[in-house]
Amino acid sequence: MIWNHGKAILEAILLASPEPLSLRRIAEVIGLDEKDARILVDDLRKEYAQPGRGIDLKEIAGGFVFTTRPEYAEYVEKLLQPRAKGLSHAALETLAIIAYRQPVTKAEIEGVRGVKADHTVDTLLDRKLIKEVGRKEAPGRPVLFGTTKDFLQYFGLSELSALPPLSVDTTDAGLILRQQRESVVGEEPATGEAEESEAS
Amino acid sequence: MGLPRIESYTVRLEKFEGPLDLLLHLIRREEMNIYDIPIARITEQYLEIIKDVVAMDIDRASEFLVMAATLLGIKSRMLLPKPPKAAEEESGAEAGLDPREELVRQLVAYSQYKEAAQALREQEMTMARVYTRQLFVEAKDQTAPLEGLTLKDLVKAFEEVLKDEWNWREVPREEIPLREKIREINFRIARSPSGVRFRDLFTRGGSRLEIVVTFLALLELIRQKRAVAVQDATFGEILIRRILVTEPAGGQAPEEDDEDA
Repeated sequence: MIWNHGKAILEAILLASPEPLSLRRIAEVIGLDEKDARILVDDLRKEYAQPGRGIDLKEIAGGFVFTTRPEYAEYVEKLLQPRAKGLSHAALETLAIIAYRQPVTKAEIEGVRGVKADHTVDTLLDRKLIKEVGRKEAPGRPVLFGTTKDFLQYFGLSELSALPPLSVDTTDAGLILRQQRESVVGEEPATGEAEESEAS
Repeated sequence: MGLPRIESYTVRLEKFEGPLDLLLHLIRREEMNIYDIPIARITEQYLEIIKDVVAMDIDRASEFLVMAATLLGIKSRMLLPKPPKAAEEESGAEAGLDPREELVRQLVAYSQYKEAAQALREQEMTMARVYTRQLFVEAKDQTAPLEGLTLKDLVKAFEEVLKDEWNWREVPREEIPLREKIREINFRIARSPSGVRFRDLFTRGGSRLEIVVTFLALLELIRQKRAVAVQDATFGEILIRRILVTEPAGGQAPEEDDEDA
């Protein structure tokens, strides 16, 4: 019975939901296990992926949600108020550091960017893209920041692990430098100033 | 690289997010190897570009100046011949460390996040053209109910207040007995044979409870047929008049009835 209507039920609850619906919630509401719910979702996604549709079914912030297709944005924007402006470059860099390194303190952010972070952190807090997630057990117990669900929604990410991976792990400082140095020295032996690295 | 340099020197400092951003720009422009930066050359170019730093606000200027000092420090350390004895004494990581190591680490880390920020920008631009139901309701411009503090801070402050017993006191419960109110209204309408205006029965600035009790008292008086509400014209003034009870319903004297109300 449910199989006959499953996709239609899913479509209905997705439309009615004000926020992304997790697979668990979908399964709960329809009365299926998550595996079957997944099959329904994939089925419906395929349907919406067909050309000639104005709506997409996307996975955002840990759930599924109907979105308009980007190609029809100009019409949607005629209908709705224009969005708030995009983030500044500084805010985006700060946000990137927080997203990849969370939980992270303001001082650590400043260490990476080489500039003060008060203003950008405030902006990001205001826009609810980051939040305080605790305090670091260090002198002064500085506040630790992390990203929010709004962050995932804003960038259309299904979860944090959907962030593109960084090309070099920069948390282990000395290591990368030496590894890179070795490979560089290997390729181009004539780099003059690299002498000292041999000593290390 | 030599020729376009003069033109490149007109690089505007404001364009850069900070000193690391500027250094990365120089490294790329000069096609330097980030892991083997020619420190003398980059220092020279860096200083050339930030020479108009005084025109900036002090906070930003200081950030660029701190980096200038760092570069000069690295440069001088690299120029110093390494005394082999000293190196032995320090015996360890310190001794063999390239003076540029910390800077390189910073630059590599920063360039990573700059890249990541670029990726986020692309996502942002894609999502800017995508709308969902209610997800992006633009209520974000509203001022936050708590500015500069978290709910936790507020709760903590409240707990502090509670700790101090001096802040405790009994709050008397507001009590307006219906019986008293009936008596009061009865008294007032007894004094004015022509009637008391309905709205005058309610004390100005009285609490909600008082208003309710007054109204109930009035209803009770009317129910007992000891008062009557008269309105001469539509939307006109309502007057409350006393009825002189000649034959009480339960055979009781009105005064006694009053006591029971």
